[in-house]
Amino acid sequence: MSASAVHSLWTMAADPVDKIGAPKIEYGQLSPTLIVIGAAVVGVLIEAFVPRKSRYYIQLFVSVVALAAAFAAVVGLAARGFGTTKAQIAAMGAIAVDGPALFLQGTILLAGLVAVFTFAERRLDPVAHGNRVDSFVAQAGSVPGSEGEQAATKAGFTTTEVFPLALFAIGGMLVFPAANDLLTLFIALEVFSLPLYLLCALARRKRLMSQEAAVKYFLLGAFASAFTLFGIALLYGYAGSVSYATIANVVEGNVTTVDPALADTMGNDALLLIGVAMVVMGLLFKVGAVPFHMWTPDVYQGAPTPVTGFMAAATKVAAFGALLRLLYVVLPGLRWDWRPVMWGIAIITMLGGAIVAITQTDIKRLLAYSSIAHAGFILAGVIATTPDGVSSVLFYLAAYSFVTIGAFAVVTLVRDAGGEATHLSKWAGLGRRSPLVAAVFAVFLLAFAGIPLTSGFTGKFAVFKAAAEGGAGALVVVGVLSSAIAAFFYVRVIVLMFFSEPKADGPTVAVPSPLTMTAIGVGVAVTLVLGVAPQYFLDLAGQAGVFVR
Amino acid sequence: MSFPLLTATAALPAVGAIVTAAVPAARRTAAKWLALLVSLATLALAVTVLVRFDPDGDRYQLTESRAWIADFGVRYELGVDGIGVALIGLTALLIPFIILAGWHDADPSPSSQLRSSRGGPNETKAPYKWRPTQGFFALILAVEAMVIISFEATDVFLFYIFFEAMLIPMYFLIGGFGDRAHAGSDENASAQRSYAAVKFLLYNLVGGLIMLAAVIGLYVVAGNFSLQEIAEARANGTLDMATNTERLLFLGFFFAFAVKAPLWPLHTWLPNAMGEATAPVAVLITAVVDKVGTFAMLRFCLGLFPEASKWATPVILVLALISIIYGALLAVGQRDIKRLVAYASISHFGFIILGIFVMTSQGQSGATLYMVNHGISTAALMLVAGFLISRRGSRLIADYGGVQKVAPVLAGTFLIGGLATLSLPGLAPFVSEFLVLVGAFARYPVVGIIATVGIVLAALYTLVLYQRTMTGPVKPEVSAMPDLRVRELVVVAPLIALLIGLGVYPKPLTELVNPAVEHTMSDVQKKDPQPEVEAAK
Repeated sequence: MSASAVHSLWTMAADPVDKIGAPKIEYGQLSPTLIVIGAAVVGVLIEAFVPRKSRYYIQLFVSVVALAAAFAAVVGLAARGFGTTKAQIAAMGAIAVDGPALFLQGTILLAGLVAVFTFAERRLDPVAHGNRVDSFVAQAGSVPGSEGEQAATKAGFTTTEVFPLALFAIGGMLVFPAANDLLTLFIALEVFSLPLYLLCALARRKRLMSQEAAVKYFLLGAFASAFTLFGIALLYGYAGSVSYATIANVVEGNVTTVDPALADTMGNDALLLIGVAMVVMGLLFKVGAVPFHMWTPDVYQGAPTPVTGFMAAATKVAAFGALLRLLYVVLPGLRWDWRPVMWGIAIITMLGGAIVAITQTDIKRLLAYSSIAHAGFILAGVIATTPDGVSSVLFYLAAYSFVTIGAFAVVTLVRDAGGEATHLSKWAGLGRRSPLVAAVFAVFLLAFAGIPLTSGFTGKFAVFKAAAEGGAGALVVVGVLSSAIAAFFYVRVIVLMFFSEPKADGPTVAVPSPLTMTAIGVGVAVTLVLGVAPQYFLDLAGQAGVFVR
Repeated sequence: MSFPLLTATAALPAVGAIVTAAVPAARRTAAKWLALLVSLATLALAVTVLVRFDPDGDRYQLTESRAWIADFGVRYELGVDGIGVALIGLTALLIPFIILAGWHDADPSPSSQLRSSRGGPNETKAPYKWRPTQGFFALILAVEAMVIISFEATDVFLFYIFFEAMLIPMYFLIGGFGDRAHAGSDENASAQRSYAAVKFLLYNLVGGLIMLAAVIGLYVVAGNFSLQEIAEARANGTLDMATNTERLLFLGFFFAFAVKAPLWPLHTWLPNAMGEATAPVAVLITAVVDKVGTFAMLRFCLGLFPEASKWATPVILVLALISIIYGALLAVGQRDIKRLVAYASISHFGFIILGIFVMTSQGQSGATLYMVNHGISTAALMLVAGFLISRRGSRLIADYGGVQKVAPVLAGTFLIGGLATLSLPGLAPFVSEFLVLVGAFARYPVVGIIATVGIVLAALYTLVLYQRTMTGPVKPEVSAMPDLRVRELVVVAPLIALLIGLGVYPKPLTELVNPAVEHTMSDVQKKDPQPEVEAAK
């Protein structure tokens, strides 16, 4: 067996990884993940040892520095050629350091950085008992509406744990798309999922809804994880290994030496197909593809809005990254089996998301369904199974994540006495009350709708082009039709904002601190730059389109 | 590299739009003057293009080419042929008149001022920052920039981007600045207006998205988007399109242009949009933006897919005939002046599309001239109608009568605009309509005969409109109606002068357009049916 054999167009050989020796960890190449996880651990210690008053500032500082340093590390690795010529498998075969991994890690880190800014926003909620408060509950353990809760609020408690939690989640997301064996994949999945379940439960307002969302997300997520784990077990039975390269070799029939302990099961196609289906199901759950999308609207609506934005952007990036690696590295030999199924899922995801979104009356639920439709568009690029397909998906994910975080950041600004005014009817006439905020939101909506000169159009064009070249022309037609349906509800929000008379008891637009302004500003800037002059970023994604095996 | 004249012509209004939008809320009048000056400067640039363009020179002139998105095979390629020059000229010419005619359309109305001062409890926190005037003129300039670059683009992708992006400012113009002269209540008016705006956007967006699928398909087939490269590759046989592929791609493109143009049965957004929009915006829609649709049929449908164009000709001719007759019939039945003009436009777009697809050089020259002349004549008629409507506050024909006795200049200009619409000999549209019909008769006599019915109906709806509104006993409501003011005369007089001038002496325009039409005819490898024409003579 030779792992260095180039087995198809879109993977390339790495150094042989089957040498036996002492564990060798390439700390330099793993530094982005190590920095983030390390900072998360420091964050936990800060919670334990630093006085309550100063935690917020120290946590924010540590998080921002860690994310920036990790991003610098990613850029450094890419600059030294680890994304292209020096792409290789690190950490004893557990982690791949290659173009897609570095590109996605960079995207996740930047999205995470912007999201942390929105986490730290403390000017939106009215000052409570002399303390500035953020979107998170004073004390997560207190029962909603209880005296304990009031006491915690009065004492000025804040849940600064959100920063280390977010860092842990980001750490897991960094590993997820780079995981090169199924166990690492599963561990990364859990490492980023568990903090997210917690974060969902921490809303300051509408706490019951928030907790319900968290429970729902947790139960369904645990269910999906169980599926994934079961699938992994079956695949081990099939291939005798959890390593991507080995499984791919077995799928292609390059392995003849059968492990005696697994002689009965190895090479059994039933195990392979069922195992693959289950693992892919777990990943599709995370990206929110129909029919595994049921959790999305409730969780997006219930979670604190900064968390929703973070989740919608970064989780999607990480999960699509892992899905791409699984399908392109492990299963290219099986693509005639998975492509028809993915076709079906892409079509129902695009149409389902777009059609159901029309009936939504809550802006967060609307954006949730829109994110489902977008997952369908991205799947169209995944199906292309060409290097162009990979780079188009990478580009789309980068473009989409900044639009999403920006859009949810705008949602946090529109408030009334009950907190965020997320019901659509309250957004009527926003364009007349505060034209700038409405115009910014309109830019994000137009980007979601894929109108030219925004990043959404460039991304959509890239994935549809890749899909058409990969022989999925019908998918492009469906995609275009669902874009038209989706355009309807984006436009409806614009109509509401600009053409309806403002209501007398309408919401106000809070003036945020520079933190949220930065998040929104970065969102707008990325949206327009990727729409007007995308060449540099397309090149970047193009260079990053090759997986290491 | 020489001065990028074409880029400048499109960029100037774009920059002007941004600057206009940034004018402080209190300096409304300054914003208006700024927009007017920018549009006049753009006109000067357009005239420079016209002068620098040599009708007998290369097909595409003043070309510019820069790398843009290499990954998609997209280049920033501009170039104009005679048709493009004529339409850029039309656009740049009409925008100053549109701005001038809409001078007061976006002033904050007394009622909205009242509303803002009354305000909600949060009003003190969020001051009323809506700046409609700046927005209105900035949006008009933005539309101008996008329309001009659409006429210049020789890269399909570049064209597509602005063809689509144009919808956004148009949408805000229609939905945000409605006609105040509405019959119903304020609430009702705003609902109808946003209905019209959404209908406009959705029709055009669906058309555009279907075109997007075809654009992607074109890339898969051809590998790049350059009009010239694709045409060359097809001519020397390096690019071979399967018949079915070409037909599907053609349909994708044509659908989008037919929505924009608009062609029956995709026309239903136009009467709503023109009825609810202010008169200057209605002119912007029908005289300027819709021309991109017919222009694109000539340049992209015939240029990229000649065989499929010939294949689709019979169906398109039938649809064009239906547009002509149906539009005219519905115009006869309208009670609303602006909707009447909208249906008349549908009828005229039928003529333009007919001229393009009869595949004769007279037909296509006529169609191109018609695009220009229809722009001018509709602008004249619609703007005067707008002045009339703003005086009485009603769009219903029945609310008028005897206007020519109280406002003779208004009635006179209205009559000339109307006569131009019915293609009276001596006025500009006559030449173009005549050419279209000659072109049609040369190849398909039956088509020509049916199309002629449209002219008769045009006379009917125009003259009946004039008779009901301008003649007869003076209605008490209009008895105190003032005649045209100086600003309004400045708008109308040059348009009427042009109508008469181009009607008597159309030669400069035909000389500009004819070589370009020859190129288009050679794209589709059609020759005029000479022997039959000779025999008929």
